[in-house]
Amino acid sequence: MSFTTDKKTMIRRIAEIIIFELKLQEITPEKFNPDLDLVDELGVDSMDLATVVLVLQDEYGISIDEDDYPKLRNVRMIAEYIEQKRAA
Amino acid sequence: MKTVSSLLDNNWHERYRKIATLNIRSSIYDVTNQCNLRCKGCFFFSSNEHQAASEETDVGKWSRFIQKEKERGVNLAILIGGEPTLCLDRIEAFYAQLPTFCSTNGQIKIPRDRFPDMMMGISLWGNEEDEKILRGKDTFSVSSKNYQGDPYTYYLYTITPKQVGRIEQMIRKIADVGLKVHLQLLSNDEKVDGFSWTEEKLRDVRAEMDGMLDAYPKTVISCKYYHEVITTGRMMNRQFGWAECPSVTEPMDNRTPRPKRLIRFIRWASDLKTVHRCCTSATRDCSTCKDGAAHMSWIMVNKRDHLQSTKDLQNWIEVYEMFAKLYRFIPW
Repeated sequence: MSFTTDKKTMIRRIAEIIIFELKLQEITPEKFNPDLDLVDELGVDSMDLATVVLVLQDEYGISIDEDDYPKLRNVRMIAEYIEQKRAA
Repeated sequence: MKTVSSLLDNNWHERYRKIATLNIRSSIYDVTNQCNLRCKGCFFFSSNEHQAASEETDVGKWSRFIQKEKERGVNLAILIGGEPTLCLDRIEAFYAQLPTFCSTNGQIKIPRDRFPDMMMGISLWGNEEDEKILRGKDTFSVSSKNYQGDPYTYYLYTITPKQVGRIEQMIRKIADVGLKVHLQLLSNDEKVDGFSWTEEKLRDVRAEMDGMLDAYPKTVISCKYYHEVITTGRMMNRQFGWAECPSVTEPMDNRTPRPKRLIRFIRWASDLKTVHRCCTSATRDCSTCKDGAAHMSWIMVNKRDHLQSTKDLQNWIEVYEMFAKLYRFIPW
């Protein structure tokens, strides 16, 4: 699998987690805009983000510090953050 | 999918942006078990919380405790008691390290040279007649002299059922001394005769609170959605109560499922070790709790539920702005 496909898969999976955990309606992982600002547009707060982060940590075997939450502004940034964490 | 920008015009979206990232994390601290009043219906004394822990008197220990609270992520210290102004050195320890709000009955004037911009909220339980019944004296005559025109002070007017129809009298007095006021409702923990709410009284007080906001917009810090939620106990077709309250001390919160709540919120006793169940007393019936901050917080932590319609989201913004103004995270 190519790097690009890997990243696309990850983005789709992160979108799926966010939709499920935050019980978002009228949206599918395929149609989820990876650049949509989670706070500014979806109204995600730090408790929502903590819920999502718990799942991401289990799914990708990484730890996410709360100080890094500002780096997780959208799905694409989350995917990039996870890639960096896994590469470190 | 509904998004913030699909619901708000540019003006409202800008207001949303200003508050969406504030990330206020408050905790509450009993500064002392002592008070210079003994009010009927004060949850602290009626539930014997003043005997729950012996006071820590070493200010150095308070300072170290506050440092740890800061490291725990707290960015707003809400001081209650007893009467905090009986222990200015402890208040000073908070003020030196954290944004601090001090609740007081206003009978002691804090020296502003030591606390130049600390937010003060003066409790007020009605007019002279009600205050004499519930608090043993007319506190307003003293507190209004102590804090007249203070730009960092406002009244926390706890409206009682007996005040319905007469609220304006106190609002005007507060405006006349150059202060602002936030409105809340008495929970009547001690079941004082004639001070319990009825459905009819709650409907009437809501209309009156709305009217005061319209008539005194520069004096009253409030919003109509807050009035609706606190008088009905309902928000987005849900009922306030134990299962919903956001202001439960986090280490004691074993509710399943866990509702949306204030992150890291703890209410500490004055021994700096004991914690209380919630922002008010553990003996209070949550289904009839009228605590203003708990209801405000209930709305604030349920932001995404208000992404149903433009009006719902605007309501949420107004409540969050009100809270942020009360603690001076944004200007009045």
